Amino acid sequence: MFEKALVGSKRYWTWVIVLLAVIGIGFITYLQQFKLGLGITGLSRDVSWGLYIGQFTFLVGVAASAVMLVIPYYLHDFKKFGKIVILGEFLAVSAVTMCILFIFVDMGQPMRIMNVILHPTPNSIMFWDSVVLGGYLGLNIIIGWATLHADKKGTRPAAWVKPLIYLSIPWAISIHTVTAFLYAGLPGRHFWLSAIMAARFLASAFAGGPALLIILALIVRKFTKFDPGKEAIQAIGKIVTYAMIANVFFLLLEIFTAAYSSIPGHTHPFKYLYFGLEGHARLVPLMWASSILAIVSIVLLVFPSIRKNESMLALACIALFVSLWIDKGFGLIIGGFVPNMFEKVTEYWPTLPETIITISVWAVGFLILTILYKVAVSVREETAGIELEH
Amino acid sequence: MSMDRREFLKIAGSSTFLATIGIGAGWILSRPGEFLEASQFLQTKELLKAKQWAMVVDMRKLKTEEDYKKVIDACHRIHNVPNFDNPKDEVKWIWLDTFEHAFPGQESEFMPEQMKHKPFVLLCNHCENPPCVRVCPTKATFKRKDGITMQDLHRCIGCRYCMAACPFGARSFNYRDPRPAIKEPNPEYPTRMIGVVEKCTFCEERLAKGQMPACVEASNGALVFGDISDPNSEVRKILNTNYTIRRKAELGTRPVVYYILDIPTSVVPGGEGNV
Ligand code: SF4
Ligand code: SF4
Ligand code: SF4
Repeated sequence: MFEKALVGSKRYWTWVIVLLAVIGIGFITYLQQFKLGLGITGLSRDVSWGLYIGQFTFLVGVAASAVMLVIPYYLHDFKKFGKIVILGEFLAVSAVTMCILFIFVDMGQPMRIMNVILHPTPNSIMFWDSVVLGGYLGLNIIIGWATLHADKKGTRPAAWVKPLIYLSIPWAISIHTVTAFLYAGLPGRHFWLSAIMAARFLASAFAGGPALLIILALIVRKFTKFDPGKEAIQAIGKIVTYAMIANVFFLLLEIFTAAYSSIPGHTHPFKYLYFGLEGHARLVPLMWASSILAIVSIVLLVFPSIRKNESMLALACIALFVSLWIDKGFGLIIGGFVPNMFEKVTEYWPTLPETIITISVWAVGFLILTILYKVAVSVREETAGIELEH
Repeated sequence: MSMDRREFLKIAGSSTFLATIGIGAGWILSRPGEFLEASQFLQTKELLKAKQWAMVVDMRKLKTEEDYKKVIDACHRIHNVPNFDNPKDEVKWIWLDTFEHAFPGQESEFMPEQMKHKPFVLLCNHCENPPCVRVCPTKATFKRKDGITMQDLHRCIGCRYCMAACPFGARSFNYRDPRPAIKEPNPEYPTRMIGVVEKCTFCEERLAKGQMPACVEASNGALVFGDISDPNSEVRKILNTNYTIRRKAELGTRPVVYYILDIPTSVVPGGEGNV
């Protein structure tokens, strides 16, 4: 089926070449980081994780969100998701690949990455995270490919795919839970030491991932003959709405505990993020932008009459995605490091090389997504007339 | 898809799978040493032995700036710790900070001025329940049988999970090549490379030669080192007869670096009865 990715319109090839160019620039920048060390990033002794790990965390959520389509479709037989579920699975493949790349570019000694497998260490959450992420990547590649292959022939997927699909449901929950555990069990990092962390991660994932999917589905419909279905998009819109409300609710719970207890260790990171601490306020505008965008998106989503308008829905999804990206891809990580272990403030801001590398990893993700979607869409365009039987 | 093609895919798929396993197994077998636990340590004849090495820092005995400087220089010089003059890329094994930063949450506005401003000597606490060891995905950071929290810099992948996990800010990452930033390299001690995490090792290389840690030796008795599991050790004697505190003991990492505070002797009316 891959040959489908090799024939395309001029627009398709222009997009692919643009992505390749961005990846090329990023790769050259990465070589520099490889040679000079992570000193070329904004990271420091005090803020030792930053943009890379933030993107990793955020994208694990995007990957896990495929389950929001898989559950209704396969467990509740919600037929309307029949055409779109493959887009979710392929989005997961691209997101997990980006996760792995972000971990790789964050490593000080990337050539030793195999040490995680050579010296398996079950007491390290990072070990489990690599196990569940690797497994999830495999599952989604196999499931996505098998279903698409079946569609092409107009049959149902082979019997052995079903158990894998069921397995992928708890597995998706596990990848984001384990990722939350990376943070939520560290003594002395008060901002992260919270039992609701995993739940909050999942809520934000189930809002942000499907929101991205809606945007992608609208793009796919605009540029191809493949229509994921109006009702499917609206149904995902509802999922996004509930998940986003839950996410904001969980965040407010965190803020309540910190503010009402007024224990310094718990309040300081929030103060730093939203108001600034000891005269350091670099993240304040970003965090408020995230809050405002979150409110805007909820207002647009919560009224069915607004949500039904697809351009408003798209707008809401963009606002929501940006809001969550700031909150989880940036604020959440930095907040854990500021103030530092000595109650001092060291600020962090990504450097240019760091930003270029980050953008180019996203470009790799988009390239994978483009190719997979191209294949999926071509297959579906061919079989457009055939009603899928399941 | 034609039958032959499917057959072909099946064969291609399974042979790729087998080849992956084969290459993987071959790779593992070609590296026997790496599958053992990270190297414990050289059992030399002179090696000083203990169940859990520990340290007491007697703040009363650190008086002048010179006293502090000697202690820190002793460590950083012999261990080839680079000096970048830049807090972002800083590497340090032993350093100074005030009470409020060393013991956050314990300070008060009205504590004696002398205590407020007097720098504390800080280093890795060689915790008995170390979170840095718990989180390390490669066992590059590990607990030795004598209680030292050690790291294998050839195994470290530079993920910096241990830096996020250490509540004492004891660990430094090599953001840049450290070698050009070492003023007078000590040929007897290895230098490090880009991308690995390092910290105080309780001078395991000196213990192996029967010597006390360098900072202890340079401290004029202010730093005392010994086996905390031995009731007759000097550290235990000091702990039995002095009030000591540890950094962030409430987190349960069980630090074994203890501090005797330098509390100014004061005259409290009516207090004589307590003497
Ligand atoms: S002080 Fe930090 S680095 Fe040292 S043993 Fe304790 S947790 Fe590990
Ligand atoms: S940076 Fe090195 S020592 Fe620290 S957790 Fe990662 S592999 Fe272990
Ligand atoms: S014990 Fe040794 S390594 Fe640790 S601070 Fe003292 S001199 Fe440095």
